[in-house]
Amino acid sequence: MADQLSRVFAALADPTRRDLVARLTATDATVNELAEPYDVSVQAISKHLKVLEEAGLVTKSRKAQTRPVHLEAEVFDLMTAWIERYRRRAEQRYRRLDAVLADMKDAEADRLGSSTTPPQEGRAS
Amino acid sequence: MSTTTKAEATITADEKLPVIRISRDFDATPAQLMRAHLDPDLFARWVGPDGMDTKIDVWDVRDGGSWRYVAGRDGEEYGFRGCFHRIGADVIVQTFTWEGMPDDVSLETIRFEALPGGGTRLHAQSLCDSFEGRDAWLRSGMEVGVNQGYAKLDRVLADGVGA
Repeated sequence: MADQLSRVFAALADPTRRDLVARLTATDATVNELAEPYDVSVQAISKHLKVLEEAGLVTKSRKAQTRPVHLEAEVFDLMTAWIERYRRRAEQRYRRLDAVLADMKDAEADRLGSSTTPPQEGRAS
Repeated sequence: MSTTTKAEATITADEKLPVIRISRDFDATPAQLMRAHLDPDLFARWVGPDGMDTKIDVWDVRDGGSWRYVAGRDGEEYGFRGCFHRIGADVIVQTFTWEGMPDDVSLETIRFEALPGGGTRLHAQSLCDSFEGRDAWLRSGMEVGVNQGYAKLDRVLADGVGA
């Protein structure tokens, strides 16, 4: 799984390939259709599509003569999983920060409290 | 500490730039959040990575000052370093490098936005120097057992507010 994800991330490191993927999220398209907006040859776009295909991001349908390119959505679910894991780690970190901030507020309250009212027994731990 | 359910951290990985953005709300003032980020003892208590102890090595809090800390577990150590490029009233701009990949550096901007109803929204942006670098960050930590991370979190929460 890690190898496949490495290929996925490598494939998506190129701006043209990210653009191709973005366009394929809308609908399947033939190589010629995909190449049309770019100022490069159809062959160049074919090469990009080959990289995407090897990463498992797209497949070419065998049904139609034109062999339209299809985006494999489940691969993106794996990427979503990476990002969600990263988010969870950030959330864990920020929960620790919540605890630190709560301690800081308690310390400030104790300091303010002791200057205006007599110290409360058993307050500070 | 408030017992109401807070929104968890949200994350976006930009499609067009090698950027990761995270935001998260806190029951604290921007000044308290600045302190929790800039006071070395406070910072070491929460930064992680999960399940690791953090030792602050260099901590020169000023525009242009450098920082370095080492996260360790079971004799393994991971060094991180960078430079406090700019410390404003409610913003920290710094560079960040994991010493395992010393040529890779990200630019981090951490901004604290006071919310109208009280509390503060943290906006953290990491700009990496390539998509490969950014995605390596997103992938990193997969190897680290998630349970060990939760154990550390549990300990902090169990220690409670009076720790």
